[in-house]
Amino acid sequence: MGTQTSIQTSEKPLGRDELAQLVARDIAPGSFVNLGIGQPTLVSNYLTEEQNITLHTENGMLGMGPAAVGDEVDGDLINAGKIPVTELPGASYFHHADSFAIMRGGHLDICVLGAFQVSATGDLANWHTGAPDAIPAVGGAMDLATGAKDVFVMMTLLTREGVSKLVEQCTYPLTGVGCVTRVYTDKAVFLTGPEGVTVRETFGCTFEEIQELVPLPLKKA
Amino acid sequence: MLNFIDTVAEAVAGIKDGSTVMIGGFGNAGQPFELIDALMDCGAKDLTVVNNNAGQGDQGLALLIKEGRVRKMICSFPRQSDSWHFDAKFHAGEIELELVPQGNLAERIRAAGAGIGGFFTPTGYGTTLAEGKETRIIDGRGQVFETPIHADVALIKALKADGKGNLVYRKTARNFGPIMAAAAKHTIVQVSEIVPTGSLDPENVVTPGIYVNSVVRVDSAASETLSSNGKVA
Repeated sequence: MGTQTSIQTSEKPLGRDELAQLVARDIAPGSFVNLGIGQPTLVSNYLTEEQNITLHTENGMLGMGPAAVGDEVDGDLINAGKIPVTELPGASYFHHADSFAIMRGGHLDICVLGAFQVSATGDLANWHTGAPDAIPAVGGAMDLATGAKDVFVMMTLLTREGVSKLVEQCTYPLTGVGCVTRVYTDKAVFLTGPEGVTVRETFGCTFEEIQELVPLPLKKA
Repeated sequence: MLNFIDTVAEAVAGIKDGSTVMIGGFGNAGQPFELIDALMDCGAKDLTVVNNNAGQGDQGLALLIKEGRVRKMICSFPRQSDSWHFDAKFHAGEIELELVPQGNLAERIRAAGAGIGGFFTPTGYGTTLAEGKETRIIDGRGQVFETPIHADVALIKALKADGKGNLVYRKTARNFGPIMAAAAKHTIVQVSEIVPTGSLDPENVVTPGIYVNSVVRVDSAASETLSSNGKVA
């Protein structure tokens, strides 16, 4: 990605769809992938037939097709977000314990999730704000974070208040420890791992400007 | 012992106060609405209910919760845009919640049916949901000890049953059905169709009849459209 002299690959920060397009492009052909609810679902719009990606939905299906429209809508065929979807040729159905065994057993190549915060060592916080009056609801978030070979996060780099969501240590309750491998944001792509955080590319800003925003030491790709 | 029962009311009549009841379904797919309504009508109370969610809108499980019949929910995702009855009971301190990550919920149910006394899983390690639980590092990974979830009764929905109680499901409506059928002492299944023994290909049976105790046929709009073949026995 990018040129030898600069890791800035776009003049402007990326929009939601551009980011989804970038994630889709980075998924290796033939991968088995789970796309989380919300922004990650957009990624499916940009997967090409040539990539031959198989989508998993944790309520019990491999080979999930696009959202169902009109006559295709079938109450017995929904995704994890409870949205009616379609099945592709070669699809399979299985019960919930098998579906989460697929996840926990490390059989999925990539899981794409949203996040409130990601830490320098790849800890993920995306299920609970910790507000005392909030009813906790976790669903499959912890299983998704723990199981896939690679966990990609899609999020804006900053909160509405302008605070970095990539942090030294998560302040929100954790979903998983050391599980995130890449963070796709509107301003940059980060690689996370035991050796720290590397900026792979930036969008509409320089490496130095990203370092200004993020309160932990960053490395240049 | 397998029984074919004429009405949902008779099917749930034996459910006692204080029972643990597993209810199948993820969203509306696979939810045995008619059996849940019958449970509502039969008056059983002080229930512990195991379901992925904690009721939606003004139907099914949500109504059981509203009427104060559920003492405790064991689920993974109670908070939804239309889970107002659970929300109200929870904030009033009138219902207990055991929150379980979805895969742990499924595996704990599976473990009960399989006679497993517990298992270590990486899911939830290092999070608040593992607090107070035994942990170990296995193969370099932090893991949490989880125990089986048993039930007195399971209420599930399948597409077809044959005369032996063998079940087939439909698409993502399968979800918790097979593992709940195995985990409960008494499994009650509502099906769209009862087919003659021998008409299901044994290779395609998903839940063997050994796990099934009561079968009741319910005309279900969602399943009606897809019953493409076979006559009701």
